[in-house]
Amino acid sequence: MNDMLVLKHISEKYQDKTGEVEALKDINLSIRRGEFISIVGPSGCGKSTLLSIISGLLKPTSGEIYIAGEPINGISDKVGYMLQKDNLLEWRTIYKNVILGLEIRHMLTKENIAYVTELLKTYGLFEFKDKYPAQLSGGMRQRAALIRTLATRPKLLLLDEAFSALDYQTRLAVSQDVYQILKKENQTSVMVSHDIPEAISMADRVVVLTRRPGMVKSIYETTFDMEEREPLKTRKMPEFSTYFNTIWSDLDVHL
Amino acid sequence: MYISNQKAGLSKERISYLKRTKLRKISIFVVQILLLAGFFAVWEICADLKMIDSFITSQPSRILKTFANLSSNDLLLHLGVTCYETIVGFLLGACMGTLTAVILWWSPYISKVCEPFLVVLNSLPKIALGPIIIIWVGAGTNAIIVMALAISLIVTVLEMLNGFMHTEQEKIKMVQTFGATRRQIFTKVIFPSNLSTLFNSLKINIGLSLVGVIAGEFLVSKAGLGYLIVYGGQVFKLDLVMTSVIILSVVAALLYEGVVLLERLVNKCINHTGA
Repeated sequence: MNDMLVLKHISEKYQDKTGEVEALKDINLSIRRGEFISIVGPSGCGKSTLLSIISGLLKPTSGEIYIAGEPINGISDKVGYMLQKDNLLEWRTIYKNVILGLEIRHMLTKENIAYVTELLKTYGLFEFKDKYPAQLSGGMRQRAALIRTLATRPKLLLLDEAFSALDYQTRLAVSQDVYQILKKENQTSVMVSHDIPEAISMADRVVVLTRRPGMVKSIYETTFDMEEREPLKTRKMPEFSTYFNTIWSDLDVHL
Repeated sequence: MYISNQKAGLSKERISYLKRTKLRKISIFVVQILLLAGFFAVWEICADLKMIDSFITSQPSRILKTFANLSSNDLLLHLGVTCYETIVGFLLGACMGTLTAVILWWSPYISKVCEPFLVVLNSLPKIALGPIIIIWVGAGTNAIIVMALAISLIVTVLEMLNGFMHTEQEKIKMVQTFGATRRQIFTKVIFPSNLSTLFNSLKINIGLSLVGVIAGEFLVSKAGLGYLIVYGGQVFKLDLVMTSVIILSVVAALLYEGVVLLERLVNKCINHTGA
C-alpha cells in the first residue's frame, strides 16, 4: 500500500443560524507517498474545508480518512499544517518559534532538537536562530514557519493558500524555495490554492473541484519535459499554458 | 541597511530634520513649565493684590507653608495610608480581574451567561455601593480597599476578556494544528500576545483605584489624603484642601509612571521586537 492519504466518500454540511450549507460532497482521493497535490476550485467550493477535515480540525459529516493506512479521528500528529500567514510568535526567537510544535506535543527530545538544528542549518536560518521574527524578511519567515511544521516530521503536509499573504515577487521565490525543500525531504503534500499557475507549477497532480457542493471534477497529472523540475521554469514550458487553459475551462468561471 | 546613522554620513537635510525635531521637543517642554509657573505666579499675585479671596482660593505661598507644616507633622502617615490602600486595591483588582477574564475566556458558555450582569455592573456607579460596603466589611481601611477594588475590577475583566477574545485567530489555529490543549493555547499564544492589553488595563486601573480610595476616604476614614481633603473642607481650611489635592496629583502621576516603568522593564526582559 503506497498511498499516504486516502479520502473515502468525504461529505461536509455546515449548520448555522441561516440554514444548512453543503460544502463538500462525496470526495474520493488517494495521494501517493512523496507526491505533491494541488487542489483548485472556484471560491467558496470548500477547498479550505477539505484541508481542515484532513487535518482533523473539523469532523466530516460522513466519510473516512486514512493516513499511512491508519484511520484518522481528530487532530493527528501525522499531519503538518501551513496556514496563509507564517504566524510566527513575535515574542519568541526564531529558534523558539521553530520548536513550538515539538514543545506543544511534548516531543523536545535530543534527537528532535538535533533534527531542527539540521533543518535550520540546511535551509540557511541557523545564524538567525536568536533573532526575532520582525527582524526577518517575508521569505525567511515563511521558511521558518515551514521548518516549524517539518520539525514534527509530519507524514503529510497541508498548505492552505500558504503563500497568499506574500507580495507577488516574494511569492514566486518562496514557492520555488518551499517546493525544493519539500522535494528534498520527500514530503507528501497537499496544497490548496486559488492561484492556478502556482498550482500547476508546483503540483504533480492538480485536483479541480466543482462549485459548491465541492466534488472532484477532474484530476490532471502535470508533467514537464525537463530534467529537474523547478516551479519557476515550468511557467515557460509549452505544456504550461495547455494545462492552464484546460483547468481554467474546467473551473467554468463566469462574471 | 537604511540611511547610516553615523555622524559623518549624515546628510544636510537629515541634520536639519534632527535639529528641528529636537528643538520642537524642547520648546514644548519649556512652554509646559512656563504655563505651570505662570499659573502659580498669577494665583499668588492675584491673592496678594486681594483680587481674589485667598480664604476661599488659598494661595501658593500658603500652600507651601501648609506643606512644610504637614511634612513636620503627619504627612507621611496620610500619604502612606492612601498609597497602601491604592496599591492593595489595585493589585487585588488586577489579579482578580485577570483571573475572572481567564475563566470567562475558558468557557464561552459561562461568558455568555455572565454578559448582561457584567454590562450592568460596569455601568453601575460603584460609589453607590459605599454604604453597603461599609456595613459589610466595617468602617475602616478594608472598606476603602474594597471600594478601590469595586471600581477597578469590572473594567479589568472586560478589558482583558476583550483582549483575549481578539487574539489573532490564525495564531490560535496554528497551535491547534499541533494539537494544543486549551491550556497551551492560553499560555503559549493568548497570554503573551495580550501583555500590552494587560499593561493598558493596569494603567487605567491605577487611576481608577485611586478614585476608589479617595471616594472611600471621603465616606469613612481616619487618615489619608482623602481624609485630609474632606476634613479641610469641613473646617474651611482651603490651604489644607489645596495642598492635599496637589500632593494627590503628584502621587497619581508617580503611581502611573510606576506602571509605565514596570511595563518597560517587562518588555525589556521578554520582548525584543524590532531591536
